[in-house]
Amino acid sequence: MIIARPSLLRRRGVLGMNERNIGFIGEHNPRKNYSLVDNKLETKSAARARQIPVPGLYGVVQYQHQVSDVEILLQPYDGFVIKPAQGSGGKGILVIVGRHGDRFIKSSGEEVDGAYVRRHVSNILAGLHSLGGRNDTAMIEALIDFDPCLAGYSHQGVPDIRVIAYLGVPVMAMMRCATEASDGKANLHQGAVGVGIDIASGCSVRAVQHNRLVDSHPDTGAVFAQLQVPHWERVLDLAASCVEMTGLGYLGADIVLDRDHGPVLLELNARPGLAIQVANQAGLRHRLATARTIAEQTADHDQKIELARQHFGSPA
Amino acid sequence: MLTSRAKIELIAGLLILAGVGLMLYKVFALGFPLLPGEYRDVWTIESKISFSPGEGPVDAELTLPGGTGGWVVLDEHFASSGFGFTIGDETPRRASWTRQSLDRPASLYYKIQAYRPSDDELPDRPAPAIDPPLLTADQEVAVVRLIEVVGEQSSSPERFTSLLLTLMAPRSDHPDVRYLRSAWDEESGDIVLAVLAHAGIPAAEVRGIRLEDGRRRQHLSSLLEIHNGDHWVTFDPRTGEQGLPGDFFVWQRGSGTVLDVSGARRSRLEFALVSNSLPARAVVAMEQRSGRYALLDFSIYALPVEQQGVFKGLLLIPVAALVVVIMRLLVGVSTSGTFMPILIAIAFIQTTLFVGLAIFLGLVAAGLWIRSWLSHMNLLLVSRISAVVIVVIFLMAALALASYRLGIDQVLSVTFFPVVILAWTIERMSILWEEEGPREVLVQGGGSLLVAVLAYLAMSNRLVSHLTFNFPELTLTLLGVILLLGKYTGYRLTELYRFRAVGGDQQ
Repeated sequence: MIIARPSLLRRRGVLGMNERNIGFIGEHNPRKNYSLVDNKLETKSAARARQIPVPGLYGVVQYQHQVSDVEILLQPYDGFVIKPAQGSGGKGILVIVGRHGDRFIKSSGEEVDGAYVRRHVSNILAGLHSLGGRNDTAMIEALIDFDPCLAGYSHQGVPDIRVIAYLGVPVMAMMRCATEASDGKANLHQGAVGVGIDIASGCSVRAVQHNRLVDSHPDTGAVFAQLQVPHWERVLDLAASCVEMTGLGYLGADIVLDRDHGPVLLELNARPGLAIQVANQAGLRHRLATARTIAEQTADHDQKIELARQHFGSPA
Repeated sequence: MLTSRAKIELIAGLLILAGVGLMLYKVFALGFPLLPGEYRDVWTIESKISFSPGEGPVDAELTLPGGTGGWVVLDEHFASSGFGFTIGDETPRRASWTRQSLDRPASLYYKIQAYRPSDDELPDRPAPAIDPPLLTADQEVAVVRLIEVVGEQSSSPERFTSLLLTLMAPRSDHPDVRYLRSAWDEESGDIVLAVLAHAGIPAAEVRGIRLEDGRRRQHLSSLLEIHNGDHWVTFDPRTGEQGLPGDFFVWQRGSGTVLDVSGARRSRLEFALVSNSLPARAVVAMEQRSGRYALLDFSIYALPVEQQGVFKGLLLIPVAALVVVIMRLLVGVSTSGTFMPILIAIAFIQTTLFVGLAIFLGLVAAGLWIRSWLSHMNLLLVSRISAVVIVVIFLMAALALASYRLGIDQVLSVTFFPVVILAWTIERMSILWEEEGPREVLVQGGGSLLVAVLAYLAMSNRLVSHLTFNFPELTLTLLGVILLLGKYTGYRLTELYRFRAVGGDQQ
């Protein structure tokens, strides 16, 4: 079947883009709170104020004349990540995992020189990767020391976990695993594997690549059925806290697992995509309705998570 | 308190109704053509006043038609060689030509164009007092007898008039009619009017022209109208039929003279008639210029021709916007930029579709290639985009020159593409290429072009441009529809494909 019947999608509770925009983003996410999410520097400082773990900040480059000194700034660090503070959709992120003499080694293994790094920073400042092409700030972050238990599930780097939280209730989660087909990117439509994660246990529910169910990672061969995300309670807690932190009722939290610090908040998204439904092979609408009743029943943070785990756990 | 959805639905509903209502009003009450290609019969009536020299200063006065009984005068022209010419302020209007002396026969011309959008009867006016003409004794006996004969068979003034007209037909052999005809002298006016006056029925003449296509030297004719106590009813004295005939152009009501000439001899008033089938919108345009709808004027025809052209284009943009909204919200095509497809579509209108597509693709491809070279030069963003703008302009100039040399004139229309739009497209596409790969460039670029082509097809559709130009109020309707679509929460067509596995039978 090439396309699905709308009535069937509705019965499965699949959320469409229009309804997401009007019913959830427009309804629960006040425009003025967006900057806290869209600007990663603001997100970081707000998260720190609430003791939410985030990657360490090495430095900030704000003006073009500072670009020439970037290498001095980077001197003490072997690995780091340069990203635009207001980038969208993971654009403009340069990950350096090590050094080779004067040269830097990218996560893909490619070696680049200092001029490449300076040009990248300069592009960020000019707003190349940012929403609306505005002038931006480049931030240099510590490289996450990824938890090795998930390393097998991704081609290059380590997968991140996206949790959608609605009114403080974690609703749905997935892990995005880059593949060779997706060119190391974590976008599902580019061929990354989306793994639906059970809200109750943190175990994988099913894994989908190119809209087809898969059992194991196509490059590494890691079997998804054995996957259980460690520190799962902490992941849910973190995602739910972000709703309180940002004042956005409907958001997506991107979380990675650090070897030493456990779950770390990477970034937040005020307009989380709908691909998570594909990864879970389930619709969001019914869950969102349940989440609303949960939020009406209790205002307590831990109780909301507890109820969410009861309601959204899959009957394995 | 209304929810925002109900509020929007209410406002959208009102807008849609207002637009459609105004349009229907203009179609049915004002006779605007709903479809392009409707035709109206427009009569050109040329009146020729001719006379020979007489004594002293010449003064010719002509009563001008006012456009009654559904008739509309679109245009009028006066030709008055060597005569002083004025139009008086009184109603009905009278034109007067004057000249101190005349030494040879002269002709004056008055030409009008008129058409009849609706089959109205003559407008109401108060019934005049009845003033029966004085008759000789024997005439009066004949008239009274005639009234008795007709009166016995009729119950209403209309019936009476109709019967009387049949009885008075030219070849009637009724003895009283024949007697009256033989004893009647011109000074006493029309026999029928006299009989009606004696019967107590207010009546008057309607002067006008019987229209025949291609007819020359037509003279004024008369209809008869009577007041039946409630309103005026028109009769054709030749047939006795009731109602204003469709081929009768009303010049003047009442028996006053149409043409008065003093200081000249042998004056004549003749008409030459031509009927033309003109496109209905041209007729409406003429009508607008003649200022008929001064108050409820919400039509582009009221503007000077130059501005009309501008608005013709502007009024199409809401249609293109609707296409974009439908394609993005209902279908789910992703475009680069919300309104770039509209701007491309507008350029296509100037260049025609295929030439436009070829130029656009060529320029963007060349621009992308140059942009990729510029990206190696490590320039700042603003100067890089400016450089792309300049390169695009240079490319356009080169393309225009080369095509001109080769004799392909169509390519000269390359200038209709907005340079900044082209440059921005190139910049966005090249960033997209670097970050998301060529596939995404194809998806978004293709989506933009698809929407642009659809918007172009909608905008260049004859019916669409006819409707938006003649009924600008439809813009309100489009606004209403777009507001409604802004509250659409259903699935997009592409989502049905995207979530096909979720909706499938796998679970």
